[in-house]
Amino acid sequence: LSVSPDLDARFRAAALREGLVDVRFDIIDSPVGDLLVASTMRGLCRISFTVEGQDEALARLFGARVLRMPLDEVRRELDEYFEGRRREFDLPLDLRVAPFHEAVLRELARVPYGQVDTYGHLAAKVGRPNAARAVGTVMNRNPIPIVLPCHRIIGANGSLTGYGGGLDAKRALLELEGATLAL
Amino acid sequence: MVDATIPPFERFYGEHCNEVLGYLRRLLGARAEDAWQETFLKALRAYDRLEHGRHLRAWVFTIATRVAMDDLRSKASNTLLLGEIADGDGAELARPAYQQLEHLTGELPPTERAAVVLRYGYDLPYAEIGAALGSSEQAARAAASSGVRRLRKS
Repeated sequence: LSVSPDLDARFRAAALREGLVDVRFDIIDSPVGDLLVASTMRGLCRISFTVEGQDEALARLFGARVLRMPLDEVRRELDEYFEGRRREFDLPLDLRVAPFHEAVLRELARVPYGQVDTYGHLAAKVGRPNAARAVGTVMNRNPIPIVLPCHRIIGANGSLTGYGGGLDAKRALLELEGATLAL
Repeated sequence: MVDATIPPFERFYGEHCNEVLGYLRRLLGARAEDAWQETFLKALRAYDRLEHGRHLRAWVFTIATRVAMDDLRSKASNTLLLGEIADGDGAELARPAYQQLEHLTGELPPTERAAVVLRYGYDLPYAEIGAALGSSEQAARAAASSGVRRLRKS
């Protein structure tokens, strides 16, 4: 005997309606591979290029009441972005990071669609001109890539340097946005 | 050492949602789905207050048993269910003795029915059945054997 899809869906909807879910996640396909997306009641809290085993990390950060559920708004905005029809995201975010990370990510969010900037320049913008390496760490741990566009941050010499989703994904996102790269 | 970390609710749910529905079907027949949903909503309400992740299977059977007992006690007419229990439910039951008796458990008083089904259908130890029924291990053992005696007579 197994729970029917209908019964399962009714339970999940009731759980959400009652405010009993700390964090819900969904796995959506994209041109840069499957993405795990997760939201709290406050907003989008995670996009991950690694989809397996993320529920435990989510539980540690946001609470054990983790449930898989469709995240239609997130899916719609990402679909529009990947189709080239969206340049900015309107999703509310739930960013739970240390103050320096938050300052850097807020500055990162202002780097316009289709443009690139450097780690050093981003460091200067948050008043820490010598902290390019620390900014690299913030990019590396960016909990909401794509929406917070760390793919737009490159090395001073124009190299792509690195990306959580792999350099191919970084290149694909910049090409999608029509960014012109020196290299 | 047993890992006492509380698993993400999705995993807990995935591991137990089907067997809890099967259990409630045996106790409540066609009313099982409402009780099932109530069971998992209760579990979710309490989940962030859990102190460790041990014995979660017994814990959710305890919640299901209480929901089912409330349902059974609230029904004025306690006649049920035999016709409502779906065919094929018995596939997961391994014990021959129980298999022969299982279709008759609907005629037992609620506590005996839960004790018999938890012991012989789901292999829960008597200590955990006692906890589920809000009684002692001995009382659970007594309820199960009284239930089995009653079934043999019928």
